[in-house]
Amino acid sequence: MKKLLLGNAAVAQGAYEAGVHLVSSYPGTPSTEITECMATYPADEVFVEWAPNEKVAAEVAIGAAIAGGRAMTCCKHVGLNVMADPLFTDSYIGVTGGAVFCVADDPGMHSSQNEQDSRHYARAAKIMMLEPSDSAECLAYTKAAFDLSEQFDTPVLLRLSTRVSHSQSLVEVGEREVHPVKDYEKNIPKHVMMPAMAKGRHVFVEERTKKIAAYAADCPFNTVEDNGSEIGVITSGISYQYAKEALGERVNYLKLGIVWPCPDELLRSFAAKNKKLYVIEELDPFLEDTCRALGLEVMGKELFTLLGEYTPAMIAKAVMGEEAPESMTPADALPARPPVMCAGCPHRGTFYVLKKLGLTVSGDIGCYTLGAVAPLSSVDTTICMGASVSAAHGMAKVKGADFAHKLVSVIGDSTFMHSGITGLADIVYNKGINTVIILDNSITGMTGHQENPTTGKTIRGEATRQVDLIKLCAGLGIEHVTVADPFDVKNFEKVVKEETARDDVSVIIAQRPCALLKSVKYSGVCEVSEKCRKCKLCMKLGCPAISLDAESGAVRIDPTQCNGCGLCVGVCPFGAIEKKEGN
Amino acid sequence: MSAKTTNIMIVGVGGQGTLLASRILGNVVIRQGYDVKVSEVHGMSQRGGSVVTYVKYGDSVHSPIIDKGEADIILAFELLEAYRALPYLKKGGKMIVNAQRINPMPVITGAMEYPSDIEEKLAACVDLTALDALSLAKEAGNIKAVNVVLIGVMAKQTAIPYEEWIETIKATVPAKFLEVNLAAFDLGYKL
Repeated sequence: MKKLLLGNAAVAQGAYEAGVHLVSSYPGTPSTEITECMATYPADEVFVEWAPNEKVAAEVAIGAAIAGGRAMTCCKHVGLNVMADPLFTDSYIGVTGGAVFCVADDPGMHSSQNEQDSRHYARAAKIMMLEPSDSAECLAYTKAAFDLSEQFDTPVLLRLSTRVSHSQSLVEVGEREVHPVKDYEKNIPKHVMMPAMAKGRHVFVEERTKKIAAYAADCPFNTVEDNGSEIGVITSGISYQYAKEALGERVNYLKLGIVWPCPDELLRSFAAKNKKLYVIEELDPFLEDTCRALGLEVMGKELFTLLGEYTPAMIAKAVMGEEAPESMTPADALPARPPVMCAGCPHRGTFYVLKKLGLTVSGDIGCYTLGAVAPLSSVDTTICMGASVSAAHGMAKVKGADFAHKLVSVIGDSTFMHSGITGLADIVYNKGINTVIILDNSITGMTGHQENPTTGKTIRGEATRQVDLIKLCAGLGIEHVTVADPFDVKNFEKVVKEETARDDVSVIIAQRPCALLKSVKYSGVCEVSEKCRKCKLCMKLGCPAISLDAESGAVRIDPTQCNGCGLCVGVCPFGAIEKKEGN
Repeated sequence: MSAKTTNIMIVGVGGQGTLLASRILGNVVIRQGYDVKVSEVHGMSQRGGSVVTYVKYGDSVHSPIIDKGEADIILAFELLEAYRALPYLKKGGKMIVNAQRINPMPVITGAMEYPSDIEEKLAACVDLTALDALSLAKEAGNIKAVNVVLIGVMAKQTAIPYEEWIETIKATVPAKFLEVNLAAFDLGYKL
């Protein structure tokens, strides 16, 4: 039966049908739903977990594959950076059971801090990469990836992009194949990567690449569509779908389902049959560079941008010179609608205080990155997962104690578990002066509520042991650990002042659960009374429910947006905001 | 452009339930035997930002996204987002708009003004159905049912039979919210 499935759900279905035994991942948009979907399959068929970070997840999958199971790990493009270390060496080790590394790029940066092109990793780590263009291919390619992994003794990269991951299209769903976990065999030359063994394995890797390239020259994933045209288009992934919509049967296509290694002969023979050649690919000129290295004359990035997502209209214009249909334009300048912290978000209390105290804030990755947005405008830097802690240590060391006393790091509970702990160990070990605020909202928020080692639940919702942040910090050697509620603004301000004044490292655990958790039940709505003196202090909270009436200058709370968290009640110096119960 | 598809764009503010609306739409068109693609937005924009979802169906659908000037119908959950989506509407296309105003942060901070008389400006240039879907959702029993009220309004303007929509909603919506959603659909459909 044909089903409408999200690309990510189709990847999960493909892995399930391939008989996958283990999936370990860390959440990251746009890849998260793959692992969430995996957890909907029976626990006795597939073990699924959220790991604390991508490196751990990849190593768990690699171990499972060495032991003879079929294993997968899924991440977003920047997650692949975190797992790069095991990935590069696993290329040498190869697999016993099939191993698939699934990576979702985010052209257009819908939810990311950069726009990197993961295809470079395939070439750099010498690992075969498949790239599906819709949900049906997501299923088929994932399923095939496990077989190819075992056939060529290699991990396989599966590359997705936001529009493939987050589009639903029709998929034919099948049954699960039975692949028992293979016997484990001790094999030191293959599994222990030290110089003597790795030298031998490097020889194997280079031979393997040649074999895979030969396979790629004549395989079901790389297809030529001959429409009798003189124009040829070389493309892959979502760009194929855009090109197909824009150009239809007016051109010939070479659609590459295996984007690395590229089969030279296939490219040459396709080029020979076409008078004009275009390479259409989002982000970097990856396929284009391969063509140029073969001496093929192609047009690519001189016509197409390196930035953001493509559209069919963009392709129709570049290749055929066709103008987009007429469109209407609003007569007004439209205010943008950037994402904001939700009404009731616990981070709002934290950033209100940090802004008020005028502190430099070393930020991190999560919903709280939105603390950089006006009117809070509190966050100074955001680099990558965990960098809030280590980068602040660097800042403090070059600027000295006075600067350090006006500096804090902010990092969520999940991000702290991901890669904040090691930075904190560095500060303790190297005598840093830093205050780290762990924003403990009891969940991984931005990616849509995933459990993590601090929440006490597994991906399947089972109760499990919970990492105790207080004991963890104490174990690292931190003598000053304070738990504070960011909605008790007065006390929170006092705690931040005290802790930043120390000539030592300290941790504040800002504890209040995410307002979107089902267990969080605020009631009533806040209302502004006649006691309001229009001081606009509450406006500094940046709450989406509170706005200013442009004509009267009065503050107004939108009852459809307010969730009754009451933060503004505590902030108002005149007691002019009251919470009304009911509804 | 190659294959002829029907293009529907759903726009709103993160958290308004545009995803469920697109899933109901996707599922109802599959039942009619069409090829379909639904492109969703997850992640950061869901935190109160502008969200855009595309539903495309026809004999064969390639691109999951809709370009400017190509939407047959725009279903808007909020006034400013409807106005923002205007360039995507095809000449002669339809717009169905929930006439609710949700201030974006630049308006809240006073950096920009919320455009005035959006409804009138849209009515002057497109085939517009504007309604207070929020009140109808309240009437159905849950203000979050705005999405299904709007689906109801749109359903009435398509050739797909009433029963097909009802069966799709039953198959798409969790059982405990079914009653509210069916009531919301009817309020929209019978408007």
